[in-house]
Amino acid sequence: MVTRYLGAPITRNEDARLLTGRALFVDDVNLPNLLHAAFLRSPHAHARIKSIDVATAKQRDGVIAVITAADMGDYWRPGPLLVPPPPIRDIVFNQCTQVPLAKDKVRHVGEPVAMVLAESRYLAEDALADIVVDYEALPAIVDLADGLKPDAARIHEDLAGNTAAHVRQTKGNYAEAVKRADLVIKRRFVYDRGASSPIETRGIVAEWDGKADRLTIWDTTQAPVVIRNGIAAMLGLSERQVRVIAPFIGGGFGPKIMMFYPEEVLVPWMAIKLSRPIKWIEDRLEHFFATTQERGQVHDAELAIGRDGKIIGVKDVFLHDTGAYDPYGLTLPINSQCTLLNAYVVPHYDSTFTAVFTNKPIATPYRGAGRQHGVFVMERLLDIAARQLGIDRIEIRRRNFIGPDQFPYNNEIIYQDFAPLEYDSGNYGPVLDKALELIGYDKFVRDPTARRTDDGKHVGIGVVFYIEGTGIGPYEGARIQVQSSGRVSLATGVGTQGQGHFTSFAQITADQLGVDVRDVDVVTGDTDQFYWGAGTFASRGAVVAGNAVNEAAKVVRQKILRAAAEHFECAEADIVIANGKASVAGVSERAIGLGELAQRANPLRGAVKPGTEPGLEATNYFGPARGATANGAHAMIIEVDPATMMIEIKKYVVVHDCGTVINPLIVEGQIHGGVAQGIGNAFYEQLAWDRDGQLLNASLADYLLPTALDVPHIDSAHTVTPSPLNPMGIKGAGEAGAIPVGALFAQAIEDALDLPRHGVEILEIPLSPNRLWELIGPHLDKKEAGSP
Amino acid sequence: MSDERHRVATTVNGTRHQRDVDGRLLLSDFLRHVLGLTGTRVGCEHGVCGACTIQYDGLPVRSCLMLAVQADGHEIATVEGLAGKDGTLHPLQQALRDTHGLQCGFCTAGILMTMTAFLAEHPKPTEPDIREALSGNLCRCTGYQHIVEAVTLAASRMGGRR
Amino acid sequence: MKPAPFRYVAAYSLDHALALKAEHGDEARFLAGGQSLLAAMNFRLAQPAFLIDINPLRDLDYVRRGGSVVRIGALTRYRTLQRDPVVANHQALLAEALPHVAHPQIRNRGTLAGNLAHADPASELPAVVLAVGGKLCARSVKGERWIAVKDFFTGPLSTALDAEEMLAEIELPDLPARTGVCFLEVARRRGDYAMIGVAATLTVDAGGTCVAARLTYCNAGGTPVSASAAAKALVGRRISEKAIGEAAAAAMREIEPPGNVHASSDFQRHLAGVLTRRALAKAHTRAMSAA
Repeated sequence: MVTRYLGAPITRNEDARLLTGRALFVDDVNLPNLLHAAFLRSPHAHARIKSIDVATAKQRDGVIAVITAADMGDYWRPGPLLVPPPPIRDIVFNQCTQVPLAKDKVRHVGEPVAMVLAESRYLAEDALADIVVDYEALPAIVDLADGLKPDAARIHEDLAGNTAAHVRQTKGNYAEAVKRADLVIKRRFVYDRGASSPIETRGIVAEWDGKADRLTIWDTTQAPVVIRNGIAAMLGLSERQVRVIAPFIGGGFGPKIMMFYPEEVLVPWMAIKLSRPIKWIEDRLEHFFATTQERGQVHDAELAIGRDGKIIGVKDVFLHDTGAYDPYGLTLPINSQCTLLNAYVVPHYDSTFTAVFTNKPIATPYRGAGRQHGVFVMERLLDIAARQLGIDRIEIRRRNFIGPDQFPYNNEIIYQDFAPLEYDSGNYGPVLDKALELIGYDKFVRDPTARRTDDGKHVGIGVVFYIEGTGIGPYEGARIQVQSSGRVSLATGVGTQGQGHFTSFAQITADQLGVDVRDVDVVTGDTDQFYWGAGTFASRGAVVAGNAVNEAAKVVRQKILRAAAEHFECAEADIVIANGKASVAGVSERAIGLGELAQRANPLRGAVKPGTEPGLEATNYFGPARGATANGAHAMIIEVDPATMMIEIKKYVVVHDCGTVINPLIVEGQIHGGVAQGIGNAFYEQLAWDRDGQLLNASLADYLLPTALDVPHIDSAHTVTPSPLNPMGIKGAGEAGAIPVGALFAQAIEDALDLPRHGVEILEIPLSPNRLWELIGPHLDKKEAGSP
Repeated sequence: MSDERHRVATTVNGTRHQRDVDGRLLLSDFLRHVLGLTGTRVGCEHGVCGACTIQYDGLPVRSCLMLAVQADGHEIATVEGLAGKDGTLHPLQQALRDTHGLQCGFCTAGILMTMTAFLAEHPKPTEPDIREALSGNLCRCTGYQHIVEAVTLAASRMGGRR
Repeated sequence: MKPAPFRYVAAYSLDHALALKAEHGDEARFLAGGQSLLAAMNFRLAQPAFLIDINPLRDLDYVRRGGSVVRIGALTRYRTLQRDPVVANHQALLAEALPHVAHPQIRNRGTLAGNLAHADPASELPAVVLAVGGKLCARSVKGERWIAVKDFFTGPLSTALDAEEMLAEIELPDLPARTGVCFLEVARRRGDYAMIGVAATLTVDAGGTCVAARLTYCNAGGTPVSASAAAKALVGRRISEKAIGEAAAAAMREIEPPGNVHASSDFQRHLAGVLTRRALAKAHTRAMSAA
């Protein structure tokens, strides 16, 4: 096989449609007789519903139906548990999943209470104002520790308290090991996390075709197959009667997978009941409440370490905010628990978390998915240890790295995919070296003039390391078919939200089948085109679906070889596949186009040999034994104005090892986007809840997504340590950029403002000028602070 | 108070359209759902994200902060009108493709309508100028770097032409 | 996020617009740039029953020089102001502040008069106009009256305009010779409302002694806020680092910023001190070089 495309920066096949405005997104679906849905959402974080009066709303012109929980009959039921808890000994998990419409109680602001269907979205919103709900407000649980107090209001009254889960995982024996430590560092770390805020909000359109007995759903989901199966089951339909299309999706980042969002339950159901197509598009205000978010954690962590800077053990006890319900199981806190170990040899580990129900929107994975919380704790602990031991912060990391000869490295705890947390491969030293070289670390730390600008700004440098568990199972599949035109069609079950699957999957196929990458037409996210699959999450698209594509393409390649050998009456070994043709090696005039070969493989008359499959087509699947672990280093030089606490990133470096790279252009884009979201999380984006569980900044004017002026130029470089867990050696790249940024900001800002000298440590994310001022302002002298 | 219908006669990408609309219909909804020009995207409906940016009498504006009735007698340009009739991409469209300046593509139309107007006024922009001009369009996927490269590349390919 | 129903009328003349406003009073709003109004309507935070679109009234879109003032019409957009040589030459403070207002797409549409009539205390330009002084023309079917800028802003989103009136013209006086100005703000992101912003004007005599000064702030209270005592204390003094520092310290004491989701009251006050010092220093340099 000639690899013309694998590893090459191929521009994307999907771009022409996107650039000219022709690509179909969910809100572009327009159907005759379309109804529009709007939702009445709870204004309270926690309240009992005493009554709902929809009579006036139903009378309004243009309103077709108003639905409350009482109208739903048996169809009303809590959602399924999307991810069951992993098999960890003595685990406590209290399953309380979300409901389609609140019945007796609302548990977070924005929880849907009623649905209005009307002839236009404008009219539907008018009718929302007609609905009268009598609420009895209850105390809101906003703070995690408050939620665990014995007298705290109970969010789920059938439970004894607000504990959603309690999990302890250990390795070695920390309690014994800590006695041997020369230094024990204990700190409390707080890491909050915001809203995914894709520029396209969520949306769903459903159409029931009564003549064909078929339901078609266009959904902004990252997991169309899973949604198809679930909706079919809920509605009592065969899976074959339901088609879910996830067309072009305007960014996913994790929260576009849920089982199920209330709107996904209600819109198809009413489309069938009314025999009219229905559209619901989440508006930006709804997005702050109706789409899942990633929530905060509070860690009480301690590091036991030797004088030589070698980690003896880590103990961590943390609280995790799961929001009002926990349909996503324990993925987030287990990611935090596991990723805390980072790239280091930690002989003894004792980690316990308690997940807490709060009166806030549901927490589910959002890019990084709890990993950044763990990385933040470990990287901060090492920074503090380095300082106290008088060891350089780079050196302390080096001394603790898992060595290149120690892989596969078993961490002896269970990961989110239920498999033991075992790192497949890695070589961390060269990654760190490259980052230091690119940021100019030695030069910076030796140059005394580097730390101040002429206009009095303070300059600092940061360097952090991270790992990312990627590409977990269970499996994905792909079907590849050579068309009689000679073009190749490829279908897979994953959805795509901008990751370039139309191109990277085409590259893999084009190399195997010797065709032009532009001649491979990829379909993703249409359950009629491919039946099986799990979805796009956990940085797994390229790893799992990519390998499935490769496996299917290999089979088609074999079929081409066999068919061509029969055609030319020669040995398969003599067949060369290139430029869309199969030919006999060395005899270029003996060639046949793949299209013609495909046609011959599908004869319309005559007999075929027994066992012959028609066409040049294959379906294949790939499921890795466990996830592949990527790694990387981020480094940054930052300027801080000590008077205003405004920052400017002067240089940003990413060195990343995600194994085999299919398309460096796409991987670079993934890194840039991840870093941008990481910067948002570290310094701009904070969901500001008040004590009553009300969100104070529910608009894009006040919830601050970074702009082109806030995200710097990023210099990136790669090392390649292939994964042994899949034939292509790929590791995921989707989330890496976002994971270490909080730790990097904390270290670099500490460095810039020389905070240890003032006895100040940064132990929290997100930061802001205001928060930095609170932490540091009182310690700065007046002149430095620019005070008059 | 009930909606009244208003006549809107407008030119979009050189084509005349005449429709009767409610006074409160947003221009973004008019373009997308009345005229079927769905290339213009809607991201926030409060004028921050920039996804719905179109050109109104040649100038980029947020179509979610205008009413459809305000298009009456005015010229609108949307992303659908950027490429040539033969399908040749506008230099900025081509550059965005060449530099991988889009991922999900949802913010792209707004960025095109903002930055093609910017290039017309600033044929030789610096990187800070580009970032400043781009700062009214949010992109959640790319981190902007490849978009900035695309604008630079398009400017150089256009050779200072306006 | 769709606006509630309203009646829409495109005005065909100023008299028509004023007659409609007289008829509908508080129920009606003028639609100029609409960049704040329509956003509020999409959130249904504003639900006017009647919208009078003045955009057809092109003759309200002007910047005129008259004597020693600049006159700006009810429909003059930020974009126009940013490019108008009269503004650049005679209203340097306004020119310096305009790029801080939102983003190009908003500035292509938004108007100064609409901004002032909307009277968001977080917005930059009310503070700028307050620093410049001058007067505002309120017109109604009954005629016109002029309101001094210092009397115009009466509270958050509220002004001295009565229910029948339109803010029809803004008259900004030239600043005296040897005046330096400076607008500075600290915003979380470019184009956001500032955590705090300051507009400073400083006039010196030939000998370098301060003869007049003004300090105003955006996002520091329910209206644009003036630190008049701090500014007044500069008058009669030679401008030095010490004088500037004292004025900034006085201004910090004088204003009472309320705090918001991005900056606590304390931090706003601190930033006001920092920016006042920086703005006065720059205004002083400019005043001296203008001499």
